[in-house]
Amino acid sequence: MTRDGAPRLPDGLVIVVKRECETCRMVVPVLEQLRNTSAVTIYTQDDPLFPDGLPSLHDGDLAVSWHHEIETVPTVIRVENGNEVARTIGWVRDEWETVTGVGGLGAGLPPFRPGCGSMSVDPDLEHRLAVRFGNSVLGARRVEIAGGEDEFEAMFDRGWTDGLPVVPPTEERVLRMLGGTTRAPGDVVAVVPPDLVEVTIEKIAINAVMAGCKPEYLPWVIAAVEAVCNDTFNIHGVLATTMPVGPVIVANGPGTRAIGMNSGMNTFGQGNRANLTIGRAVQLVVRNIGGGRPGEVDRATHGNPGKISFCFAEDETGSPWTSLAVSRGVAPGVDALTVFPGEGPRCVVDQLARDPESLCNTFAACLRTLHNPKSVLAFDAILVVGPEHARVFAEAGWDRDRVLAELHARLQIPGSELVRGANGIAEGVPAHLKDATLPKFRPNGILLVHAGGGAGLFSAIIGGWANGNMGSEPVTKEVGR
Amino acid sequence: MNTKLLDPTNESRVATMEMVGRPESLKGLTVGLLDIAKARGDVFLDRLEERLSEMGADVRRYKKPTFTKPAPVDLRHEITTQCQVVIEALAD
Repeated sequence: MTRDGAPRLPDGLVIVVKRECETCRMVVPVLEQLRNTSAVTIYTQDDPLFPDGLPSLHDGDLAVSWHHEIETVPTVIRVENGNEVARTIGWVRDEWETVTGVGGLGAGLPPFRPGCGSMSVDPDLEHRLAVRFGNSVLGARRVEIAGGEDEFEAMFDRGWTDGLPVVPPTEERVLRMLGGTTRAPGDVVAVVPPDLVEVTIEKIAINAVMAGCKPEYLPWVIAAVEAVCNDTFNIHGVLATTMPVGPVIVANGPGTRAIGMNSGMNTFGQGNRANLTIGRAVQLVVRNIGGGRPGEVDRATHGNPGKISFCFAEDETGSPWTSLAVSRGVAPGVDALTVFPGEGPRCVVDQLARDPESLCNTFAACLRTLHNPKSVLAFDAILVVGPEHARVFAEAGWDRDRVLAELHARLQIPGSELVRGANGIAEGVPAHLKDATLPKFRPNGILLVHAGGGAGLFSAIIGGWANGNMGSEPVTKEVGR
Repeated sequence: MNTKLLDPTNESRVATMEMVGRPESLKGLTVGLLDIAKARGDVFLDRLEERLSEMGADVRRYKKPTFTKPAPVDLRHEITTQCQVVIEALAD
């Protein structure tokens, strides 16, 4: 029941109390009783004058409480030759009499009353105490920022940020972040391109702190890092390309609602901490662990603002369809995320369609122009259907497969429109394909997602990057704990 | 009071390597041309091969499976064991 470096306890009875605890106040007469028969040392956590009229030692820095793992007050410990031999917590008359060896304690008191939480396990303090007293479990190098230095400027100067200020990753904050996962800080999660360096849970937690995450977001960040750092998703290429893409994260499952992700109004936009910081943490890992920085291995011609963070949840509760994750093989009700190499979203406007055929015609016409109206098969897209558009399909009874089949059917394009030079556009497919019919998308090249606010006859298209083995394949990953 | 932060980076030190000295002549040397698999990179490399061969170099051609990923380890090993000089070309 003691930690390394614990201060030695005096022999006899050691009793830890705090004034704030009603049970501690109730047992004051018992403490007086014990002083008549035994060597008693009282440690008080909060008020140094408690218990009134009795001598006590103030455990102001909670060193005694933390090292001796006091979780409840009052705690009574019997100490012999400096070693703990018995302990009881709260007020249980029988147990107090056994531990103290004194009978007839607290005659006027009820036989039992639970104690209160020790200040040393207060969630607001426990990580600070672990840093103050503990042998740190964290292995990261400590970087000391001088008192006169502005820590936010210091982090910019060291190249740790994405251009926006980051939260200083103190040991206390990182320990609190690690509370969001059951995985050990030293667990290796992935090898991060482009420098191909192993990243541990601890390093992800540090970057998650900097991004502004809460501990409950950490499992999502870990899953997203695993999802992008592999040959299938190929974050190396997604980073290095001159095209304006970055990892777009689509989150599914009840956990998205538990951590407060936004799948509704302004889902791609500002204002939701979980959406913004999960995506940002992943990009900070790529930057700080992988060494992927703009102007270096990141060669984007324009980039896009979503390369700071582009992460949103699917609106599953309002959706007429199975979720994206379920359509990709995840069991219903399981938390998962899908990563997609995407550019910024563009809006699809159709205010008049009241039948699914007409709406599909609009979607197909807009999807047709993706990257270039004459480009085929090379790029995937996410089609994010807004609730008012989805209602049109719901009322017509079109499920996910039907919508996708209707879209693909409308996106079969005659080669004569696609060959180089056609329509006065040099770009295009080789001339020998002029009599062929070519699909705009490969068979699984449209990812259908339901999200957005309840008002607005709009949807959105997120264009992709070189698809398949040649470039990047979307990856879906379950979120662990 | 000084603040202690945990280093968010990979903490690795960059290994510095000396550049190999520039050869006075390519005559008799094996020159590797690595095609990164971008469209029309071969056009550029074909012409380079012609010019280098005229200079007496023994030219060998290599190709990455896709321009979006780093060259596989085996390919890099093959090039380093077979060539004295390598030219990697990007075409877009």
